[in-house]
Amino acid sequence: MNEILSVSTIVGILYSAIRLATPYLYAGIGEAFSQSSGVVNLGVDGIMLISAYAAFFVVLNTGNIWLGLAAAIFVGFLMGLLMSLISITLKAEQGISGIGLFMFGLGLSSLLFKTTIGTVKTVTGFQAIKIPLLSDIPIFGEIFFNHSLLVYGAFLLVPAAWWVLEKTTWGLKIKSVGQNPAAADSLGVNVDQVRYFSVCLGSILAGIAGASLSISLLNLFQDNLTAGQGFIAVALVYFGGWKPIGIMWGALLFSAVNAFQLWMQVLGIKIPSDIAIMLPYLLTIAALAVTVNRVRSPAALNKPFERGEN
Amino acid sequence: MARTNDTKAISTFAKSLVSRLSKIVLPPVVYNTLLPASGMVIALIIGALMLMLLKVNPISAYSALFGGAFGSISGLTQTIVKATPLLLVGLGICIAFRASVINIGGEGQIIVGALAGTWFPLAFRTLPGWMLIPLTILAGFLAGAAWGFVPGILKARLKVNEILSTVMMNAIALQLMNLMIRSVLMDPAGVTAGTYLAQSERLPEQVWLTRLIPQTLLHTGSIIAVVLAVAVYIFLWRTTIGYRIRAVGLNPDASRFAGINVPFYQALSLTLAGGFAGTAGAIEVIGVQHRLLEGITSGYGFSGIVAALFGGLHPLGTIPAAILFGGLLVGGDKMQRAVQVPSSLIDAILGLVVLFVVGSALWSRRIAAQQQRAAVARASASKAAEVHA
Amino acid sequence: MKSKLFVLFLLLTILVSACAPAATEAPAAKLRVALIMPSAITDMAFSQSMYSALVAVQKEMGGEAAMEIKYSENMFKVPDAAAAIRDYASQGFDIVVAHGSQYGASVEEVAKDFPKVTFAWGTDVNTFGLPNVYAYTAAAEQGGYINGVMAAMLTKTKTIGVTGPVEVGDAKTYIDGFVQGVASVNADIKVSKTWTGSFSDVALMTEAAKTHIAAGADVLTGSSQSVVGSIGAAKENGTVLWFGTQSDQATLASNLVVASQVYDWSGMIKDIVSKRKAGTLGGEKYVLELKNDGLKISFNSGYPLTAEAKAAAEKAIADIKSGAIKVNP
Repeated sequence: MNEILSVSTIVGILYSAIRLATPYLYAGIGEAFSQSSGVVNLGVDGIMLISAYAAFFVVLNTGNIWLGLAAAIFVGFLMGLLMSLISITLKAEQGISGIGLFMFGLGLSSLLFKTTIGTVKTVTGFQAIKIPLLSDIPIFGEIFFNHSLLVYGAFLLVPAAWWVLEKTTWGLKIKSVGQNPAAADSLGVNVDQVRYFSVCLGSILAGIAGASLSISLLNLFQDNLTAGQGFIAVALVYFGGWKPIGIMWGALLFSAVNAFQLWMQVLGIKIPSDIAIMLPYLLTIAALAVTVNRVRSPAALNKPFERGEN
Repeated sequence: MARTNDTKAISTFAKSLVSRLSKIVLPPVVYNTLLPASGMVIALIIGALMLMLLKVNPISAYSALFGGAFGSISGLTQTIVKATPLLLVGLGICIAFRASVINIGGEGQIIVGALAGTWFPLAFRTLPGWMLIPLTILAGFLAGAAWGFVPGILKARLKVNEILSTVMMNAIALQLMNLMIRSVLMDPAGVTAGTYLAQSERLPEQVWLTRLIPQTLLHTGSIIAVVLAVAVYIFLWRTTIGYRIRAVGLNPDASRFAGINVPFYQALSLTLAGGFAGTAGAIEVIGVQHRLLEGITSGYGFSGIVAALFGGLHPLGTIPAAILFGGLLVGGDKMQRAVQVPSSLIDAILGLVVLFVVGSALWSRRIAAQQQRAAVARASASKAAEVHA
Repeated sequence: MKSKLFVLFLLLTILVSACAPAATEAPAAKLRVALIMPSAITDMAFSQSMYSALVAVQKEMGGEAAMEIKYSENMFKVPDAAAAIRDYASQGFDIVVAHGSQYGASVEEVAKDFPKVTFAWGTDVNTFGLPNVYAYTAAAEQGGYINGVMAAMLTKTKTIGVTGPVEVGDAKTYIDGFVQGVASVNADIKVSKTWTGSFSDVALMTEAAKTHIAAGADVLTGSSQSVVGSIGAAKENGTVLWFGTQSDQATLASNLVVASQVYDWSGMIKDIVSKRKAGTLGGEKYVLELKNDGLKISFNSGYPLTAEAKAAAEKAIADIKSGAIKVNP
C-alpha cells in the first residue's frame, strides 16, 4: 500500500498518463473538427495506421523524424480526401464508408509493413526534451516538462483548437454547417467545401496521432499498431461534448487507467488486468448514456447535404 | 485552343452517352448487381496495381488466390466453411441496415455467441447430441441478441448513437472473453499439465456438427445458415414485423405518422442482428474449432458487413456474396502460402469494395430517380395520347 | 434474378481457377517439411530459432534438392494457423512443424485426419496419444538461471524488471529459472514481473519495459518474439542491460545485451527425420537442455562482462549440467 501512494509511483503514473494521452488528443480533436461540420469519420483508426506506417518507414530509411512527420501528415491528408470524396461528394452513408476506410487502412498498412519491412524493428524517433528551468521544479517538473515535442504539441492543440472553433470565422462556418447546412448555404457558405476542409484537417490530425505512436511514443511499427485507439478517439468526441477541453479530460482519464494498470503490475500488486482494460469502455458507454441529453450533438451530424433535398 | 474544343466535344459526347444509357429502362436489380460487381473488379485492379508496385506478379498472385479458393475440393470446402459465418453475420446486417441501424458490433456479438456456445455444452455435457446441438445454437443466438439489445435499448430510450455503443461493446466482449478463457473456461487439462493455454476445454463430441466430407472442415452449419437465409427473407418480406422494420428504415418519419413504434423496431433489429452474429460464433465453435480459442472471430464481424452490402442487403443475395468473400479470404491465405503475398491485401481490397459499394449508392439512387421520372413522363404522355385520341 | 447473375459470376470464377496451374508434384525422394510460426522468421527469438535449425539441417542433408522447406510466418491467430496446418498436411508434406504452444488444439484435430504425416509441435510435452505427433520443449529455466546469476551481479540499483508475454510454456519456465538464479546470488534483489497477455503485441512490451525502467530497474529480461519492444526501451534509455532467450539477441543492442540463451533445435530435427525414415512417425517427446547441447549460452562480445560474473556463469552452467544445481521449472 505504501508503494502505491509513494510520490515516485504517482509521478510515474501521471507521467505515463500524459504520454499515453497523446494519440487520443490528436485523433479526438481532429474528429471533433470533422464532426462539428457534420461528418462522422469512423475511419480514424485506419488513417492512424497507414500514417504511422508511413512515418515509421520514412524514419527507418532516412533517419529524419521531421520527414517522417511530414509523410504522416501527407498520408493523412490523402485519406481525408478519400473520405471526403465518398461521404461528401458521393453522399455515402458515413458510418459505413468510415468502416470501409478503416478496413482499407488496416489492410494496406499491414500489407506494406509485411512486404517492405517484414519484422518488428525500433527506430530513434522524437526524444523526450527537458524544458530548461521548468523541468527542474520538483514533482511537477518531472510530470509535465520532460516529454517529446509531439506530446507537447498534443496538449498545445487543445487551446489552439478551442480558439479556432470559438474565435475565428472559420470555426463559425464549420459549426454552422454542422448545425444547419441549409441556412449556411443560403447565406453563401459553400457547405461541401467547409466539410472537405474539416474532414481533411481531422484526417491530418489523425495522421499525426499515428506518427506519435510509431515515431515518438513506441518507436516501432507492428501489425494493427493502434489496436482500436482510433475508435476510442471517436468515442472521446462524444464523451467530451465536441469540445477540445472535454476531449482532453476524456483522453487523460483513459490513459490514466491504462498507466495505473501498468504500474500496478510492475509493483507486483495484483489487479485483474482484463477488468482494468475493460473499464474505459464501460465508462464510455455510461458517459454516452448519461451525457446525451445534456450535450447537443451537431444537428446535421451524419446527414449528407444536398441542396434542395433537405 | 483546339485541344480544349476536343476535350469539350469528348465530354459532351460522354455526358450524352451516359444520359442515354441511363434512360434505358433496366430493372433496378441489374444495376444493383452490376455496380457491386464492377466495384469488386475495380478493387481487384487497384490491388493488382499495388502488387505491381511491390514488385509482385499480380497474375501469379491472383491465380493462386482464385485457384486456391475454388480450384480444389479442399479449397471449395474451406470457402464454404468461411462463407458460413459471413452469411450469418450478413443476415443480421441485412435486418439492421434495412432498419437504418448501423450495427458495427458484429465482432463482440460473435464473441459472446461463441462464449455461450462453449459454456452451454460444457455445462450440459450429458445431454444427447440431438438436443445439445440446437440448444447450443439457440444459446449462441440469445447471447448475441443480448449483446445487440444493449446498444439497441440505449438507442431507443436514450438516443445513444449505435455506431459508438456497438464499437464499445466489441471491446468489452473481447476483454470478457480474455477473462473467461483464462479463468473459468480454461481447459482443465491445461491447468493440470501446467501449460495454462488460453483456450477452453474441448467440447463434448456429441455437440460437434457433422462433417460432410472426410478430411475437410465442411460441416452442417453451412446448411443451417442457408436455411436461416431463406427464413430471414420470408421474415423481412412476408411478415408484418419485417415490413415494419423495412418501413422504419426507408422513412422513419412516415412510419411514425403511420403509428409504427420506430424506436422499438430499431432496437428489435439491432437485437436480431446480434442474435445472428451470435449464432455465427456458436457455429464456429461447435462446427469448426470444437473449442473456444482466441481469434475465433477472424474479423467476420467486419467482413460480414461487406458481404451483406455486396449482396444488396438482401438475405438471398448475401448467399453468393458470402461465398465470394469466403473465397477471397481462403484464397488470400493460400496466396500467402504460395507466393508469399500477405493476405492483408485481401483486407485492403475488402475495404475498397465497401467504399465503392457505398459510394456508388448515389448513382443507383440517381439512376432509379431518373428512371422513375422517365416512367412517369411516359405514363402521362400515354395518358395525354389517350385523352386526345 | 440477382442470385442467378451472381451464380453465373461464381461459375465463371470457378472456370477461371480450374485453369490455374495445379500444385507441383515433388519427386519422391525429397523430404518436404512445413513450418508454421507465430511471428516472422527474422524475429530474433522464438520463430527464428526453429527456422534457422531447419535451414541448418537442410544444408547438412544436401540443400534444396534433399529437403524442401515451406513456411507460414506471422500465424499468431490460431484459426489461421489451423488452416495452414491442415493445408500443408493435405498437400502431402512429410513433416509439419507447428511451432507454437497455442497450436496444440489444431494439431490434435488435424493429426487424426492425416495419419501418414508427422506432426511436430512445441513448446509442450503432450503428444495427445497420437502415433504421428512429436512434442518438444526447452528447459528454458536452465538458461534463465544462468542469466539470473549474471543479472544479479550486474545490477547496481538492485532492481530487475522482467517483461513476459503470457504466463505459459517456456516463457514461464524461463522467468521462473531467472528468478531462482537471481536469488541464488542475492535474495534482496527485487525482481518485478509483468505479463502483457500477448505473444505478438510488441507495443505492450515497450510500455511495460518503460514502466519498469521508470520504477528503477537497470537490468531487464523477457521472453517471446515481442521482446524487441523491451530492447527498444532499453536502447532509448541507453544504460539498461538486457538478457535474452530463444535466440542470440546481441545484434539488437550491441552494447547493452549481456548474454542470450540460444535454442538449438537442429539435433532434435535430425532425430525426427531419421526416426521417420525408420518408421516411427511420432509419439515421443524432446526436451532441449544444457546437457544435450540443445541450449547454449551465448555471451555478447560487444559487452565487457566482468570476469567475476563470467566465472560465476560458467560454474553455474557446469553445475546444472552435472546435476549439482537443480532448477525447478
